[in-house]
Amino acid sequence: MKYQVDEKGYYGDFGGAYIPEMLYPNVEELRTKYLEVMNEPSFKEEFKQLLKDYVGRPSPLYFAKRLSEKHNTKVYLKREDLNHTGAHKVNNTIGQILVAKKLGKNRIIAETGAGQHGVATATVCALMGIECIVYMGEIDIQRQAPNVARMKMLGATVVPATSGSKTLKDATNEAIRDWINNPVDTHYIIGSAIGPHPYPDMVTRFQSIISEEIKWQLKEKEGRENPDYVVACIGGGSNAAGTYYHFLDNPDVGIIAVEAAGKGIHSGESAATSQLGKEGIIHGCKTLLMQTDDGQITEPYSISAGLDYPGVGPIHSHLYRTGRGEFFSVTDDDAMTAGLELCQLEGIIPAIESSHALAIFNDKKFKPDDVVVISLSGRGDKDLETYINHFKL
Amino acid sequence: MTEKLLQMKNRINEALQQDKKLLSIYFTAGYPALHDTVKVIQNLEKSGVDMIEIGLPFSDPLADGPTIQDSSTVALKNGMTTKLLFEQLKDIRSSVEIPLIIMGYFNPMMQYGIEAFCAKCQEIGIDGLIIPDLPVAEYHEHYQETFEKYGLINVFLITPQTSDERIRFIDSVSNGFIYMVSSASTTGAKNTFGDVQQQYFDRIEALDLKNPQIVGFGISNHETFTQATQTAKGAIIGSAFIKHLTQNGVDTIDEFVKGIR
Repeated sequence: MKYQVDEKGYYGDFGGAYIPEMLYPNVEELRTKYLEVMNEPSFKEEFKQLLKDYVGRPSPLYFAKRLSEKHNTKVYLKREDLNHTGAHKVNNTIGQILVAKKLGKNRIIAETGAGQHGVATATVCALMGIECIVYMGEIDIQRQAPNVARMKMLGATVVPATSGSKTLKDATNEAIRDWINNPVDTHYIIGSAIGPHPYPDMVTRFQSIISEEIKWQLKEKEGRENPDYVVACIGGGSNAAGTYYHFLDNPDVGIIAVEAAGKGIHSGESAATSQLGKEGIIHGCKTLLMQTDDGQITEPYSISAGLDYPGVGPIHSHLYRTGRGEFFSVTDDDAMTAGLELCQLEGIIPAIESSHALAIFNDKKFKPDDVVVISLSGRGDKDLETYINHFKL
Repeated sequence: MTEKLLQMKNRINEALQQDKKLLSIYFTAGYPALHDTVKVIQNLEKSGVDMIEIGLPFSDPLADGPTIQDSSTVALKNGMTTKLLFEQLKDIRSSVEIPLIIMGYFNPMMQYGIEAFCAKCQEIGIDGLIIPDLPVAEYHEHYQETFEKYGLINVFLITPQTSDERIRFIDSVSNGFIYMVSSASTTGAKNTFGDVQQQYFDRIEALDLKNPQIVGFGISNHETFTQATQTAKGAIIGSAFIKHLTQNGVDTIDEFVKGIR
C-alpha cells in the first residue's frame, strides 16, 4: 500500500483537482513547478534558515514525565506550540511564501477560520514585504477579535466572507473566488492539507519537518527513530499529516488520528468527518466530507475553531479507508478536561485543538513501555476565553 | 443508439445549426420561489429564448459570484433538492421544446449517483450538462462513456487564460458547444467588454474550432450580448436575469428578454 500522493494527485481514491477551468492555469502552474522549486538548493537553504532563526526550530521533543506516570506509558510531546506565532501553521506559510516568491507572485491571499492560519500568513507576508489579503467568515471575525487585530497589526487586509454560513468554508470559497479573479499575480496560501492537488502534498511536505525532527530527536532520547505511536488532532489535517509523514511506510509505527466529536458524534453538532462524512468534493478535492443526502455541504461544530472543517485532507481519508490510521473522536468536554490536565501536570496550556489529541488516553490504552509521540500543535493563549467560560474560571 | 437518444442530442445541435445568434438564459431552480422552476422555463421559451440552463443549487458554488450564490442559498432554504428538481421537471417536455441544460456542481450529482443522474436527465429530456468543477481530463477518463450512453452533451468552459493547446483538447472532447468564459472572473454582470475581451474573442475565432462557442459571464444587456456574439454563436445571461427575477418576479420575463436582442 502506498500512502504518498501518486502522479495524478491521488491518495488511493481521494484527492485530485476538481476545479473550475478558471483556476486551471493557477493550479497547473503550481502543480508543474512545486517539486522543482522545493528541491532547489537555494530554496531548501532559505526554508531551513527561516525555520531555525525565525520560527525557532527544531521544536523540542519533550518527555512528559508526570503525564507519562499518570497514563502509565511513555509520552513525548512534539512542541509545535513553541513555534513563532504559536502553532505548526507557520511551517507551511514560510514554505509557501518562498514558493510564491520563486513563482514571481506579488500578492498573497489566504482563508482563515479561527485566525491562526491568517496570522501565520500575515506574519510571513510582513516578513517578505508582500501584500496580504485574508478571507475570514463574518461570524468568525466577531468570535476571534484578537486574531483579527493581530492580522491588521501585521499589515494584512481582513475581508469578511458574508456568503453562505459565514465561516471557514465560506472564507475558503471567497479566497478561491479571489484567485479566479486574479489569476496572474496572486498566490493562494491554503492553510491545511486540503484543496486541489498539489496543495495537500505541498502542505504535507512543508509540515513533514515535524516528523523529520521527531526521528532524530527520538533517536537521541530513546536510541531509536521510530515511536510505537504518533498521535495528532485532525481538522483539515496539516499538523497530523506532518506528524505522520516519515512514519507512513513503517507499519510498526501506529498512526492515531483524533477528530472533534463536538457535543457527541450523533448529536448533530460534531466535526468527526471520518465517522459522519461521505465521499464527495469539497474545495477542489475528492475526500470524506460532511454533507446532506442531497450533497449540500453541512456546517460542522466543535468547541475548537481549528477543527470545525466539514472535510478532511485526502491523505487522511486514505489512511482511514485503508485502515493505516486508527481514528478516534473526542467530545468538547473530554478535550477540555485533557487540556486542563496538561496544564496541571506539565505546566503547558495547550490549544484546544491539541487538547483533543491529549484526550486519546480515554479511548486507547497503551503499554507501559510504548513510546507515544503526541503532536502539541499549538498553544492555548488564543483559547483562554473558551477555557474561562468552560471551567467558569 | 436509439432514436430517442439521437433526438436528444439533436436539440442542442439543432439549435446551434439555426442561422441566428443564440440567447441562452441561466436561472437557479427553486428561485425566487420553490415551485417557480417550470413557470420560469415556460416563460423563457415563450419570450423567445433559444436555450435554458437550469441551475442546480449548491451550498458552495466556487465559480459563481454573489448574485448566483445568493439565489442558490435562497433556493436551498426554499427546500430545493436534486430529487425535487427532477420531480418538478418530469412533464417539462409536454410544454417546452428548446434545449434544456442542467448546470450544477459535481458533488450533488455524485451523491445522487452519476449514472442514476444521467439516466434521469435522459428520461426527462435534458439535453446537456455544465459542471464547472468537473475537469475535462477527469470527465474524459471516468465519465464520458456514461454521459454519452444517456445522450447528454457535456459542455466545458474555457477562459482567456486557457492555452490554445488545451482549448484544442477541450474541443476534441466536446460534442455540442464550448462555453467561453468572457474574462478571468466568477459569474456576474458587466456593462461593457474591453479590448482584452475583444482580443480573446478574436483569438478563439482564429482557432477555427469544430464546436461553436457560446459566451458567458458578464453578459447583461443588449450591448454586451451584441459584442459577444459578433464572433461567437451565442451568449448566456445568468446574474442579470437572476437580478431581474429578484426585482420583478417571474411574470415579466418577456420584458427582460426583449431588451437583450
